[in-house]
Amino acid sequence: MHFLTVSGPPSSGKTSVILRVIEALQAKQKKIGVVKYDCLMTEDDLSYAKKGVLVKKGLSGSQCPDHYFVSNIEACVSWGVENNCDFLISESAGLCNRCSPHIKDITAVCVIDNLSGINTPRKIGPMLKSADIVVITKGDIVSQAEREVFASRVKQVNPGAVIMNINGITGQGAFELTTLFEGASDIETLKGMRLRFSMPSALCSYCLGETRIGDEYQTGNVRKMES
Amino acid sequence: MHYHDLLLQPLKQLLADYPWLEDFFSSFGLQLQVTEQTLQQYLNQLDPDQLLDLGISQEQLQQSLHDFMAGMLALDEAAEKVESLTIIGGFDKTGSAEQLELTLKPGEVICIVGPTGSGKSRLLADIEWVAQGDTPTKRKILINGGVPDNKWRFSTEHKLVAQLSQNMNFVMDLTAEEFVRMHAESRLVPDPEEKVARILEQANQLAGEQFKPDTPVTSLSGGQSRALMIADMAILSKSPIVLIDEIENAGIDRKKALELLVKQEKIILMATHDPILALMGDKRLVIKNGGIAKIIESSDAERKNLSRLEELDNTLLALRNRIRFGETLEEL
Ligand SMILES: Nc1nc2c(ncn2[C@@H]2O[C@H](COP(=O)(O)OP(=O)(O)OP(=O)(O)O)[C@@H](O)[C@H]2O)c(=O)[nH]1
Ligand SMILES: Nc1ncnc2c1ncn2[C@@H]1O[C@H](COP(=O)(O)OP(=O)(O)O)[C@@H](O)[C@H]1O
Ligand SMILES: [Mg+2]
Ligand SMILES: [Mg+2]
Ligand SMILES: [Zn+2]
Ligand SMILES: [Zn+2]
Repeated sequence: MHFLTVSGPPSSGKTSVILRVIEALQAKQKKIGVVKYDCLMTEDDLSYAKKGVLVKKGLSGSQCPDHYFVSNIEACVSWGVENNCDFLISESAGLCNRCSPHIKDITAVCVIDNLSGINTPRKIGPMLKSADIVVITKGDIVSQAEREVFASRVKQVNPGAVIMNINGITGQGAFELTTLFEGASDIETLKGMRLRFSMPSALCSYCLGETRIGDEYQTGNVRKMES
Repeated sequence: MHYHDLLLQPLKQLLADYPWLEDFFSSFGLQLQVTEQTLQQYLNQLDPDQLLDLGISQEQLQQSLHDFMAGMLALDEAAEKVESLTIIGGFDKTGSAEQLELTLKPGEVICIVGPTGSGKSRLLADIEWVAQGDTPTKRKILINGGVPDNKWRFSTEHKLVAQLSQNMNFVMDLTAEEFVRMHAESRLVPDPEEKVARILEQANQLAGEQFKPDTPVTSLSGGQSRALMIADMAILSKSPIVLIDEIENAGIDRKKALELLVKQEKIILMATHDPILALMGDKRLVIKNGGIAKIIESSDAERKNLSRLEELDNTLLALRNRIRFGETLEEL
C-alpha cells in the first residue's frame, strides 16, 4: 500500500488537493483510504466519504494534533492494509508550527497557500522544511510573478523538495501531482519507523523526544482513536 | 565550485561571493557573521539545542544548504537552447485521433481558440508538463525533435515554460520596486538594480496609466499589473516558451506587449479570443471537444484588417478616456 502524510496550515487547501488526486486515482480504479486528523472539529470526512473512499477521522481535543497523530497512525496504516487500500493518505492540520507528522521513508507532502504571506515558509518548521513534496495552492488568486517569488521562498527553506503549484478548485496540476503519489512509499506496516523530527513540549513520551512508533514506546498522556 | 570546497572557505569570502547565503541562513533563524571562520567551522559550532528550537537538525541543515547551493549555482548555467517545440497529436474527448504533428519555432506566436471547456488550458498544461502520452489527451511534446529530459518537469531553475495567467492580483505587502527586486534576486540575474529599473520603465510604457516605483503592488490597476507582469517576464524570465492563458481586456498596449515578448526569441502560445491578438499570431489552433480540430494560418486579407481593428480599438480607448475625464458621450 502506498502511504503518504499530507499536512499544512489550516485552510491551506489540503482537502481540496487530496480530493483532486483522489479523482485522478479513482479514474485508474485505485482503492483509497483517507485518515483525517484535526483538533476540535472537521467536516472533511464528509467530503471524502462523498467521493466513495474509506474514511477515518480522529479529533485530538486538548492534545497537539501531531502528537495525537503519531500515537494513532500505526493502527491506521494497519486499517488501510486490512481494507486492501492501494493508497492511504493522512491529512493533518499543522496547528503548531513546531510539530510535524512526517515519518522517515514515508512520502511527506506539505500544502501551503500563496495567500499566506512571504514570511510564512520561514515560520513553518519541520512540517514544511522536511517535506518531500511541497504543494502550493491558490495560485489562481495571485499573479505569476508572485507565485514565483513565493515558490522561491519555499525553495529557500526546503531546497530538496519537489515544489508544485496546484489549483485545489479546478485541479490544474493535480494530474501531475498524482504521478508523484503513484511513486510514493509502498509499505505494509509502520513498525520500526521513526518520525523525521522529534516533537518536544507537551505530555506524552513523544513530548520527551521519542521518535519510535509503536504502543510500547507510548507513555504518559496517550489518547487512542476509537476503533 | 563544489559544495565541499565551499565549506572550507572563510565566511567573509563566501558572503562577498554569494550574498544570498545570508538570506538562506536567516530563513532558518540563523545569522552568519562576516568573520574568518570557515563555513564548516560555523556549522560545527551550532548549538544542537538551538537547532532543536529552530526545528531543524544539523544533518537537515547541511542537506538543505547542499541542495540550495546546487540550485543557486545551476541558475548560472546556460539553459539548453530550445530550437523547436513539436506537438504530436493525441485524442479528443470522443476518442478520435488528432492526427497532427506541429512544430513551432522561437519568435512564432500561436493562438489557441475555442469555447470554454473545449481544452485550451489542457493543451497549455500538456506543453508545460512536456506530456509523453501520459495525460488525458495522450499528446506527446518533443523539444528539439526529441524526448526531453525529465528535469524540465520539476525544475525551478530551468523552467521550460513561463506562464502568464488570467489573474494578475497581488496579495504581497510590497511596493512595485520591492516586488520586482525580490523577484530579480530570486532569479540571481546579474545587475538586478538595472533590471528592476528597466522593468518598471517598460511596464509604464505598456500601461495606459503611469505608476510610481513606490506604488504598492496591491493598488496597481488591472492594466498596470498586467503591464508589470509582461515587462517582468520579458526581462527576467529565461524560459524559452511563454504560455498566456486568456489575457483580454484593455488597459495595456497589447501590440507593444506582444512585440516585447516576441523580441526575446521565445515561442509564444496564447489562449485568446481577442481579435487583435489573434490576427497578430502566425497561426490559430482551433480546439473542439478537447482536440485540435483545425489550424488556421493568418491570411494576408486578415492581416490587412488588423489596422482597421486597431482603429476601432483606439476609438474605443479614446471614448474610455473621455468617460474617465468626466466628459459626456452625447457626440461620438
Ligand atoms: N481560489 C482557490 N481556493 C482554493 C484553492 N484550494 C483550496 N481553496 C479553497 O480554500 C478553502 C480551504 O480549502 P480546504 O481544502 O478545505 O483546506 P484544508 O487545508 O483542508 O483546511 P483544514 O482541513 O480545515 O485545515 C476552501 O474554501 C477551498 O475551496 C485554490 O487553489 N484556489
Ligand atoms: N483530449 C481530452 N481528453 C480528455 N479530457 C480532456 C481533453 N482535453 C481537455 N480535457 C478536459 O476537459 C476539461 C476542460 O478543458 P480546459 O482545458 O479547462 O478548457 P478551456 O481552457 O478551453 O476552458 C478539463 O478537465 C480537461 O482536462
Ligand atoms: Mg481539510
Ligand atoms: Mg481555460
Ligand atoms: Zn505540537
Ligand atoms: Zn506528546
